[in-house]
Amino acid sequence: MATIAASAAAPLERQPTDWASPEMQGRIAARYRAERNFRRLGAGALMVAAGFLAFLLFTIVRDGWTGFLRTEARVEVMFDAATLGVDSAALRGPGAQAVLARADYVALMDKAALQLGPASDMLSDAAWLALRDRLVADPTLIGRTETLWVPVRSSIDLLAKGKYDLDAPADSRGVTDREVSDWRWLDSQGRLRTVFNQAFIGNADSTEPELAGIGGAALGSLFTLFVTIAIAFPLGVFSAAWLEEFAPRGRLADIIELSINNLAAVPSIIFGLLGLAFFLNYAGLPRSSPLVGGITLALMIMPVIVIAARVAIQAVPPSIRDAALGIGASPIQVVFQHVVPLALPGIMTGTIIGISRALGETAPLLLIGMRAFVTDTPQGLTAPATVLPMQVFLWSDDVQRGFVEKTSAAIMVLLFILILMNSVAIYLRNRFERRW
Amino acid sequence: MNTNPAPNAAIGHNHVPKMTARNVNVFYGQKQAIKDVSIDVSPEHVTAFIGPSGCGKSTFLRCLNRMNDTVDGARVEGRIELDGQDIYAPVMDVVQLRARVGMVFQKPNPFPKSIYENVAYGPRIHGLARAKADMDNIVESALRRAGLWDEVKDRLGESGTAMSGGQQQRLCIARAIAVDPEVILMDEPCSALDPIATARIEELIDELRGRYAIVIVTHNMQQAARVSQRTAFFHLGTLVEYDETPAIFTNPQQTRTKDYITGRYG
Repeated sequence: MATIAASAAAPLERQPTDWASPEMQGRIAARYRAERNFRRLGAGALMVAAGFLAFLLFTIVRDGWTGFLRTEARVEVMFDAATLGVDSAALRGPGAQAVLARADYVALMDKAALQLGPASDMLSDAAWLALRDRLVADPTLIGRTETLWVPVRSSIDLLAKGKYDLDAPADSRGVTDREVSDWRWLDSQGRLRTVFNQAFIGNADSTEPELAGIGGAALGSLFTLFVTIAIAFPLGVFSAAWLEEFAPRGRLADIIELSINNLAAVPSIIFGLLGLAFFLNYAGLPRSSPLVGGITLALMIMPVIVIAARVAIQAVPPSIRDAALGIGASPIQVVFQHVVPLALPGIMTGTIIGISRALGETAPLLLIGMRAFVTDTPQGLTAPATVLPMQVFLWSDDVQRGFVEKTSAAIMVLLFILILMNSVAIYLRNRFERRW
Repeated sequence: MNTNPAPNAAIGHNHVPKMTARNVNVFYGQKQAIKDVSIDVSPEHVTAFIGPSGCGKSTFLRCLNRMNDTVDGARVEGRIELDGQDIYAPVMDVVQLRARVGMVFQKPNPFPKSIYENVAYGPRIHGLARAKADMDNIVESALRRAGLWDEVKDRLGESGTAMSGGQQQRLCIARAIAVDPEVILMDEPCSALDPIATARIEELIDELRGRYAIVIVTHNMQQAARVSQRTAFFHLGTLVEYDETPAIFTNPQQTRTKDYITGRYG
């Protein structure tokens, strides 16, 4: 009682605030300083991140851009029927194509290579393929001489691209004196040219760097992703729609939700082990095939799609459901004629991000045998195949110098596709995103 | 317990009621939202439900076309009939019920589709139109009845969400009318609209009266007085009083009704 009375008797006299006092000015200055520092710190962090990214891209492009080029040597080829071992008479019959396909182009190539003098063995082992392609395209060349450009060995290719330090001692520069002198001779004769490397885009893997390409791996990736999308997208969307719209709320739904969230965080190699144990060993599906790879990756990205689709479905306002229910739409009609179509841009964005992840995935595919050395482009979903990131892995493991640029070039292609896919995802999100 | 005597469920005896509710209780989990409500809905009048926020008027309205089915943990007891048929009976098809008892919501909620598609959707899912020409007819007459035809006839392909709020709400009314309902439930249809759009909707309700049984929930007592012939006053989940609208506003029998309409609480 006494204290209350005292405080009532002598209320604390409050001074008017002096907004211009030095302490107040100090506080204001400190506040601005803190903001400036924070901005600098943020900009600095961004610069460091951008720097790392730029360095990564720079080294990849520096090493990789020459992978899209290849060096060819000019040879004059006399398409001599005797050397080819074909009977001129048979070429006029109906089986002409078959005869041409069986001809001895290697002998013809060896003969033509002699004109390269000291460098006659510097042509690629598969140079004869160029002769075959030319002759099959135009059988009238038999008995005539034609100037052709054929691929050279990887070492000559790399010398032409300036990949070796020729000032270094012979034993440490990675290329022999003979190869250097052969290259100099070929170059002085004007017999070399550098052109776009179609083989890199079209071919499958090879032991020879000048013949190796990403075509097979790209097609393998395409087949694998086709299987992945065909399984993961419907499964993911239906799961999400059921969980959001039909599942009874309760302990079971909580457990399912927790499991899906955990599944999305499971290391990808675990999915590879599952694929190995179940699809290969138990179900007996073909090893190394895009089918098994696709199913395994589908399991891996399905939780990602489910989570994205659930978020997108939740974002559809309840008023739309009310509107449809209110005029007598059945729950199925509400979900598949209203909610899912409205959620589709979000679902697509999540799906594309999941697919990008699947495209860049290597670990689970190692376990189901997709690291096989496949020299043919895959013929179907059950044929042995490899995928782009696996090709990068295989080449980066190779001791031959020529694969260094191929590795970086393959990374460039992979990154290009990934950036393209993510751009599509961003475009879809911006184009179709709805604000309610 | 309700200390007031139970209000009359029925007023007068000159009409067979369109809908009747007897001893309806609604629970959300443990909480009881509606307590022992009995009421008749006249086929040719506008019935207004008024009462303070949270009094259960919207909850009760949503029982009339079973929209509460979609709410987790909601449970309805008692008997609600449409033309003498129990709407909660197992044989009652809820999809058909909602076509017969249409609903207009508080916030205009057209589908993000064209104006035409908004109106055509209901008839299409119920198979009411055989040919495109039938559908065109249904759409036009629904839009005409909702007083929207002259405003939108040249832009039926435009999105329903691009219109003004009042137009959107009339589009929602047209959408409900298009499936040829017997009852239209309106849950505070003007609360998101400006006064001019509100007046337009009120006119429309007056034009629709007689053709459809209309039940409107409103927190606006002047609106109830303007548009309705019957008014039910809800308070704390109970139906306090139900009478002819002029009687409720000029001569309420219950003190709670009187206190509410004179602004003592609400």
